[in-house]
Amino acid sequence: MIKVKGLTKRFGNTLAVRDISFQVPAGQVLGFLGPNGAGKTTTMRILTGYMPADEGTATIAGFDIYNQSLEVRKRIGYLPESAPLYLDMDVPDFLTFIARIRKIPLHNIRAKQDRIVEMCGLKTVLHKKIGELSKGYRQRVGLAQAMIHDPDILVLDEPTSGLDPNQIVEIRELIRQLGREKTVILSTHILPEVTATCDRILIIHEGRLVADGTPEQLATQAAGDATLWITVAQAPPDARDALIRIHGVKEITVSRSGDDDRSSQRFGLRLVNGINPASDVFRCAVDNGWTLTELRTESATLEDIFAKLTT
Amino acid sequence: MNDVLAIFRREFRSYFDSPVAYIFITVFLVLAGWLFYSGFFIMNFASLRSYFDLLPWMFLFFVPAVTMRLWSEEKKLGTMELLMTLPVRDIDVVIGKFLASFSFMTLTILLTFPLIITVFALGNPDSGPIIGGYLGAILMGGAYLSIGMFASSLNENQIIAFILGVVICFGLFMVGEGFVLMRVPGSWAAFFQYLGLGSHFRSIGRGVIDSRDIVYYFSVIFFFLFMNLRALESRKGH
Repeated sequence: MIKVKGLTKRFGNTLAVRDISFQVPAGQVLGFLGPNGAGKTTTMRILTGYMPADEGTATIAGFDIYNQSLEVRKRIGYLPESAPLYLDMDVPDFLTFIARIRKIPLHNIRAKQDRIVEMCGLKTVLHKKIGELSKGYRQRVGLAQAMIHDPDILVLDEPTSGLDPNQIVEIRELIRQLGREKTVILSTHILPEVTATCDRILIIHEGRLVADGTPEQLATQAAGDATLWITVAQAPPDARDALIRIHGVKEITVSRSGDDDRSSQRFGLRLVNGINPASDVFRCAVDNGWTLTELRTESATLEDIFAKLTT
Repeated sequence: MNDVLAIFRREFRSYFDSPVAYIFITVFLVLAGWLFYSGFFIMNFASLRSYFDLLPWMFLFFVPAVTMRLWSEEKKLGTMELLMTLPVRDIDVVIGKFLASFSFMTLTILLTFPLIITVFALGNPDSGPIIGGYLGAILMGGAYLSIGMFASSLNENQIIAFILGVVICFGLFMVGEGFVLMRVPGSWAAFFQYLGLGSHFRSIGRGVIDSRDIVYYFSVIFFFLFMNLRALESRKGH
């Protein structure tokens, strides 16, 4: 659905986007993740036809973003960062304006508008001017204008910024629903957001693509991998040697655990990728007559990967 | 065409969605009426001369005020990004916005019709200069509008856009006025006079509708709308 090849964009001397390439198949929800100023917004602006790249190009639904910009724009619904809207219009007037520009037939506008108002929960603010609405409602109006023409592709720049926790949950749910039939690109710097809504994550840092994969893939790719924590009460001195022989254990760190029970020891077993020897560890403990008070696997989180790739 | 219409409707309505339009129309009419009646009774002559004579000066401040928000506000609110990523060509947006401001200005000018009624009720004026005066006013206003709108596309601050609009209009008005013409070499005078915004208005206002004057105003309008389009392109720059 979306093919991006070698996009590069300079602003003066700074490279905002450096040689970014990726493809998005139809129906995927793709999350752009990156710290502020990483180049997420610039990439989206290039794809939506707001500004051209200096190098590279992209096709969206088979149309070139430069030569067939209008065709591309027809198929995209775009929510720009911080949802800019005409503050002096009221909600129905604004949506009607967008619907007209989107070439929705006149007799259809009313129905489309009612549907989108329902979907975005705008019923209670219909008589108000957009300028009087809170940030959360403006964000919803922004989403409504992006979706009124039922586009195949949605590009959402920080769709949940400025929303309260309940609204965030609602909007995420909406995006997940939309993702079943539409191709969605969304950007965020909030990590739980991507794990909650996206099929795939692109991490962008200083204009470069530094990671690409499903949330799970990225989690397993991360170095440090998983750690198995076990605590053994009255651990014998040779416990460490017994544990290191277990298949899949790379390294062990030992620490004392608990102030009251001095002989209790905590082992951190760094694991080889893809193997979880928890059952072997348990059997080993049983064979040696140890008392296990903790057995817990801790896998690397997206936060770890993000921090590692973007610092 | 539908795009132009959609843009036009939004822009035209937005004039009336705020009190600005009503204040603007009121001030314009009060000022026009005062100019008219003060000249009218002093000279005891049934014509709109004194009103038309000062119109280019009134426009200098009124018209850039009509256009100052057209682009500046889009830039300030960030709606530029929304607008320019909708499936609509830049040129359609430019034309739609221009036509909206043009209609608003024309409406304001036509609301001075009580002045016409007054002159016809109190005397027996020549209708040629009156028709010509109104046509000239609308054409000249269009030229001012295209300049003001171009100025608006250069800055996100409405006040700066307004001042810039006044300055450009003033410059293009003054080059054709006696003040400048007296100081340029004789061979250039005709050219400068042709360039000026005011001389064509006076020429049409005499009741003689010359195609050269109409072509002049259309050229100014097209030139500044084209410059406006170029200014929009600059967002794509580096």
